[in-house]
Amino acid sequence: MSKEPTEVLSPALAVPIARRGQAAVLGERVIEGLVYLCGISAIVFVFGIFFFVFKEGAPFLAKLDFKEFFFSKEWIPTSSVQPKYGIGALIVGTLSVTTLAMVIAVPFGLGAAIFVSEFCTGKTKETLKIVIELLAAIPSVVWGFIGLSVMSPVIIAVFHVPVGVNLFNAAMLLALMSVPIMVSMGEDALKAVPDSYREAGIALGATRWQLVYRVLLPAAKNGLLAAVLLGVGRAIGETMAVLMATGHAVNIPDSIFDPVRTLTATIAAELGETSHGSPHYQVLFLIGVVLFSITFVVNLAADFIVKGIKRK
Amino acid sequence: MFTETPFIRKKRRNEVIAKFFFGGMAAAMVIPLFLIVGYIVIQGWPSISWEFLTENPRSGGAKGGIWAAIVGTFYIVFFSLAFSAPIGVLAAVYLNEYATENWFTRIVNLAVINLAGVPSIVHGLFGVGAFVYFANFNNGKKSIIAAALTLAVMTLPVIIASTKEALAAVPRQFREACWNVGATRWQTIWKIVLPNSISGILTGVILQVSRTAGETAPVMLTGVATYKLLDSTGLFLYHPITDQCMALSMHLYYIATQANNVPHSTPFAIATVLIGVVLIVNAAAISFRVYLRSRKKW
Repeated sequence: MSKEPTEVLSPALAVPIARRGQAAVLGERVIEGLVYLCGISAIVFVFGIFFFVFKEGAPFLAKLDFKEFFFSKEWIPTSSVQPKYGIGALIVGTLSVTTLAMVIAVPFGLGAAIFVSEFCTGKTKETLKIVIELLAAIPSVVWGFIGLSVMSPVIIAVFHVPVGVNLFNAAMLLALMSVPIMVSMGEDALKAVPDSYREAGIALGATRWQLVYRVLLPAAKNGLLAAVLLGVGRAIGETMAVLMATGHAVNIPDSIFDPVRTLTATIAAELGETSHGSPHYQVLFLIGVVLFSITFVVNLAADFIVKGIKRK
Repeated sequence: MFTETPFIRKKRRNEVIAKFFFGGMAAAMVIPLFLIVGYIVIQGWPSISWEFLTENPRSGGAKGGIWAAIVGTFYIVFFSLAFSAPIGVLAAVYLNEYATENWFTRIVNLAVINLAGVPSIVHGLFGVGAFVYFANFNNGKKSIIAAALTLAVMTLPVIIASTKEALAAVPRQFREACWNVGATRWQTIWKIVLPNSISGILTGVILQVSRTAGETAPVMLTGVATYKLLDSTGLFLYHPITDQCMALSMHLYYIATQANNVPHSTPFAIATVLIGVVLIVNAAAISFRVYLRSRKKW
């Protein structure tokens, strides 16, 4: 019997391979294009935010004295005679609240992260993680209200100070608000340390505490640093809580019980009262550019630190 | 027989101290939360009634209820998620299913991380510049749509992150099996990857409901009025493009700091409602997640 290759390859046998209609192929192309567009939307929005915030503030750049803008502590934007736009005191306000908040939050946040990651297991661990997640969900305006109506009288009674809405009050709130992100990032960092490190430590007779102190903290220090930086970024950008709890007075603080005012709170409180395109309005957008730049650098730094670990 | 040397005793003691020390730190974060929330609820409870929830505010917020604010918050949440959920999910599909490891993907991921870190007030400024004045929905005035879009941009990175996680949890073999029977990339995503991760995606989106409902600073710049006198108590109080609305978060700020002659318990009651909404939504999302994890088939 002779083979007939032409028969095998006949079109009749090729037909069962389903051919998709042109519409289906085209539709899929369109969808994939849409997916791609959405994929790059984050880039578009990051640039969009910088562009639009800068665009609204830019006209004032020509008139701006940079030295006065950054270092003068006179913020009198509503004066009809000679308005002054110095954000020095506001920067000091933001930095002092953030610093004090971090002094409180870093030990507690990292301590809680160590506890959740290394010292508890099973149900306790799950419950704690859920509670910390809920802590993160409380809206900032509620925190501000807590500062105003709960913490303020407590601070007056305990420390015998005249006003309860001050630097300390806002820092406490910010500490509570930035702890959740530190705990979850810190726990991730500790989880990223290979178990073989732990096993080696335990095999040598180390207790958990020795393990944490001598092995895990050095091994996870970059990740923990990134966790702290993310907390810092969150504290700098927080608005409503500091607006309600700092006392909102333009002031270089002498003690932690002095009222201060932050960059974010200034924008929130004053933008509604300015008219579109006025110098005051433009300056507030320039403050927005400053804030955007600060948090951009902080977040970028945190990301590079985290990526550095992953590469190792 | 094992004998306890002073060295080992010290070691054990330090272990116990460390455990209590770190446990104390965790407790120091958690216990105040319970005390404070409890205090707010106790203070606010006397004011909460059916009338409080279903009547509109009167006399500058001093009398009446919070219905207009509840409806306003609902509008903002609904419209903002209507934008951010589809875009965010598709963006995550791109990053998890299509993007290859290269410098461009790295930049997209970096943009997502940075977008998540932008302060909420800067998002608000962006909303003013881009949606109130540039897109000009409402002749240079604030509007619900501007506020919703602002919050959509704000929640986008979080939805991208949670969706990516849900997509990454679908085993690679599912996709490979699908490709092997001749399905295209999109068919695989649509028929296999998305159905198997939809619950994880939904959990992430639900969590954003509570975040959006509580956000104040961006919406007060872009679409929320401090006080509006409304007669109707229906569901359709506002026009999404030509109206500003009230919102629970902003109402709390206004009542707590600016309104006059407000009964002591009213701001506590608003805070209780706000905390209640947020906790219920979060608890729902979390229990949904726990339930799904327990019945996961792979």
